[in-house]
Amino acid sequence: MTSKSADRIATGVFIVIAVIIVSILVGLFSYILVKGLTHISLDFLTSPSSNVRAGGGIRDQLFNSFYILVLTMIISVPLGLGGGIYMAEYAKPGKVTNTIRSCIEVLSSLPSIVIGMFGLLMFVNLTGWGYTILGGALALTVFNLPVLVRVSEDAIRSVPRELKEGSLALGITHWHTIKTILLPSAFPSILTGAILASGRVFGEAAALLFTAGLSTPRLNYLDWNPFSERSPLNIFRPAETLAVHIWSVNTQGLIPDIEEVSNGSAAVLVISVLLFNLLARWIGTRIHKRITATK
Amino acid sequence: MSTITTARTVFDIKDLNLWYGNHHALKKIHFPINKKEVTAIIGPSGCGKSTFIKTLNLMINYVPNVKMTGEINYNGQNILNEKLDLVELRKNVGMVFQKGNPFPQSIYDNVAYGPRIHGTKRKTHLDEIVTKSLMDVALWDEVKDRLHTPALGLSGGQQQRLCIARALATKPDVLLMDEPTSALDPISTLKIEELILNLKEKYTIVIVTHNMQQASRVSDKTAFFLMGELIELDDTSTIFSNPADERTEGYISGRFG
Repeated sequence: MTSKSADRIATGVFIVIAVIIVSILVGLFSYILVKGLTHISLDFLTSPSSNVRAGGGIRDQLFNSFYILVLTMIISVPLGLGGGIYMAEYAKPGKVTNTIRSCIEVLSSLPSIVIGMFGLLMFVNLTGWGYTILGGALALTVFNLPVLVRVSEDAIRSVPRELKEGSLALGITHWHTIKTILLPSAFPSILTGAILASGRVFGEAAALLFTAGLSTPRLNYLDWNPFSERSPLNIFRPAETLAVHIWSVNTQGLIPDIEEVSNGSAAVLVISVLLFNLLARWIGTRIHKRITATK
Repeated sequence: MSTITTARTVFDIKDLNLWYGNHHALKKIHFPINKKEVTAIIGPSGCGKSTFIKTLNLMINYVPNVKMTGEINYNGQNILNEKLDLVELRKNVGMVFQKGNPFPQSIYDNVAYGPRIHGTKRKTHLDEIVTKSLMDVALWDEVKDRLHTPALGLSGGQQQRLCIARALATKPDVLLMDEPTSALDPISTLKIEELILNLKEKYTIVIVTHNMQQASRVSDKTAFFLMGELIELDDTSTIFSNPADERTEGYISGRFG
């Protein structure tokens, strides 16, 4: 076989692979949307779910998903960023750093159901809270943290060395250099990474089954006191998220319109995650343009 | 070596040895640097000239596995002494790198960066420092109407002059330049060289260069490094017309390097 025909075959093979991947994605995506979009309506998004009757919505589940996501990010972003800064700027190469790095890698490859079981032990039983939003958010933090540490570390490391040296050579201390030069330059990548991680958190079900629970109390959206039992803002109440809802409706639902509800929920979930991704890209490029002055 | 230590010296380096791991990169360097003179350092690649200039503001500390012995006296204080205040040293000994490295901020913020963090808060005072620094590097007229636009929008030569202005803004008395024109076109290079000649009225300048013509054009003293040793240090005119060491002559006349 001549190298020319080998080249042609290789090109063909890669095109076929690309076509297969794209068609799987497009097929899956359009299947979910086609089946689900017809069921999405304002009523579906704003009415509470029902356990027995048809026509229930996903209002509480949608709210819970976003609420848990926000809480998770509030807890995990500072920790992840701190870990990333430590790994990129302070950790001396050696045994300790290697151990920390392997721990992070192991943590990031833990199956989410295992994190769920760990959450059950730690945040449900040990603390005695029962199923709570906070427990769910903490379990998701465990799930999310390794990714955020990795993203922040990579982002900080990819800031050109010359910028850091330029700042240090002006007599600026290490911490000030991190704060005023490294973090702002790394910010777009960190933000993009955090938003992409949000998509993963938003769609996570297994880690929440045993931590945030499968039920939501009757919520009163006019009650903004976070300590009141019926307030949506109460972090010590159980909360079923959208992804968990899809699972529970399909496995133990008693409602007659199981298929419509789960299809509609799946479509809402996928659209939300898609929006996160688009948002990440849009914000990332915008900030990149602003700081590098490219038009 | 005809130079002697006098009250005019800013830096007085005595018996400086430096190792990267096991590699002996600087060997027994004795090197006085005079106030308000331009000292050029020449030599072939790997001779230790960049290593040497980085010891003067201790940027060498960021290279792993570096060990140093000897003395680097800056205004009478040995900076290899551990109790040294690095912030103070680097405010007084500014540095310009091979490639312009402006921060991804506005032109104004780039120049104001050092003074701001070192404690100058009043806007009028900062304005004054920025204006003066940019005038010192002959960049003011080119950028005065767009001080608040991103510095990365400037040309390579302008970026390098901006970095010099940024270093001047912390009011140093020594300016270290590590091959400041190696990434620039001939016209930008010429501008930087003119700048160096103007700046030496106020600052002591140490410049590492690959370009021997540049050394002869801008410097008062020239030092020739070879394999980690300071072979010769003398008036630039002497080095280029009548060097004492035959290795210097060989390098200058282009026989090696």
